[in-house]
Amino acid sequence: MDRFADAFLNPAVIEKYLPDILRGMLVTIEVAAAVVVTGVLAGLLLASARSFRIRPVNALIVLFVDVFRALPPLVIILIAYFGLPNVGISLSGFTVLWLVLSLVLAAFAEEIFWSGILSIRKGQWEAARSTGLGFLQTLAWVILPQAVRMTVPPLTNRTIAITKNTALGAVIGVPEILMQAQTAQSFSGNATPLLIGSLAYVALFVPVVAVGRWLETRFAWGRA
Amino acid sequence: MSDRNAMLDVAGLRKSFGSLEVLRGIDLSVAPQELVFVIGPSGSGKSTLLRCCNRLEEPDEGSIRVDGVELLDPKTDINAMRRRIGMVFQSFNLYPHMTVLSNVTLALRKALGKGRAEAREIGEAALARVGLADKVDAYPAQLSGGQQQRAAIARAVALEPKIMLFDEPTSALDPELVGSVLAVMRELREAGMTMVVVSHEMRFARDAADRVVFMDHGAIVEQGPPEQVFGAPEHARTRSFLADFAA
Ligand SMILES: Nc1ncnc2c1ncn2[C@@H]1O[C@H](COP(=O)(O)OP(=O)(O)O)[C@@H](O)[C@H]1O
Ligand SMILES: [Mg+2]
Repeated sequence: MDRFADAFLNPAVIEKYLPDILRGMLVTIEVAAAVVVTGVLAGLLLASARSFRIRPVNALIVLFVDVFRALPPLVIILIAYFGLPNVGISLSGFTVLWLVLSLVLAAFAEEIFWSGILSIRKGQWEAARSTGLGFLQTLAWVILPQAVRMTVPPLTNRTIAITKNTALGAVIGVPEILMQAQTAQSFSGNATPLLIGSLAYVALFVPVVAVGRWLETRFAWGRA
Repeated sequence: MSDRNAMLDVAGLRKSFGSLEVLRGIDLSVAPQELVFVIGPSGSGKSTLLRCCNRLEEPDEGSIRVDGVELLDPKTDINAMRRRIGMVFQSFNLYPHMTVLSNVTLALRKALGKGRAEAREIGEAALARVGLADKVDAYPAQLSGGQQQRAAIARAVALEPKIMLFDEPTSALDPELVGSVLAVMRELREAGMTMVVVSHEMRFARDAADRVVFMDHGAIVEQGPPEQVFGAPEHARTRSFLADFAA
């Protein structure tokens, strides 16, 4: 038992590295928040663009969505971070992490929003258009409010799953929680920072999961 | 053929879905304040005809003039014209996420650019007209079918249309709720609204329609005053259709 405490809950190590891990938490929060905003918005924009049903545009959207849903995020991150400089594009680790996770979330969110849009009965479009509302007005005021409401549960699940991938920043030097914990672990030769790191993830994501659950019940009445 | 004073003037209208010819050259003129009742078997093209009249369906050929404006002219602002053409659907198609009042004011605000207060005033007046003054803040799901259809009529009426198209407005309603919707339609007619009504409510047609049009297989078979079409139909197809209904 003592050996366990010494390996995972060493007070000296905690004291020394807790500030680093807290700073890592901040970085994780920054990346995750940025990813959620850009990813969900980009997904909504793509789904809206798709509703115009312009063949070549939709083919491109579907291609993007399929590729980014198929590839493991780590692969895309490595390609972007280590590959892009070869063609003259050097992005910081933070930018790569944010961009890649945003694109992945956008791809999943697009599919979720799109199936939401498709599930709205044609009569809703027709009623709105018959009162003289334009295509975009109908989309914005009639279709999306109903579609988005239905997409809240799958979208929160997917968003949480993808923001957890901020831990992949550790492989490209983004000083988020895991990176800080790993560094501390190798300097101290003690696993305590890893346990603190996981507690930091729990502290961060349990509230997010709770908010997701609250959103789900809040919007559940949607299809009355 | 074409009538300059008509509120709605359809000429040579053709529409196919793939190889299926649904409208085979429809000519129909509706005078201001006239109530034209369209009957015919299921699949005869009645809905498609109405939907072409505000271009929810794109016709293949022909001309559709509403209040003198050619709908099929590419230069026509179709959104502006649609505000002048009220459409009422069998399935109501109210916006479920909005209150009844917001259903009515959405186009007033977003398409006509009216302010919140003015839109509210117009919307409340339209809802009062269909007997829903006390339901402005209700959601569609809280209304009966008859109330929902009246709210949908108010949504169209609030835009002060020149003509209203009704596609089987009472077919989705329980029998005891039909009367309230027909009463609202009768009131509109008495107020001078031009109306084209697709419906199977033959009794309503008898005492409210100026003219009854019988359609079959994408063509108008015969038309005339209700007493003539119902009382002494000229064509065998009209007779057999009406006989099916009487049975
Ligand atoms: N969007 C569509 N695509 C293909 N066929 C259609 C479409 N809309 C209607 N039709 C067909 O056109 C014919 C006429 O339909 P409709 O105008 O709805 O008739 P009615 O209202 O008189 O019952 C029917 O055979 C119907 O199946
Ligand atoms: Mg029909």
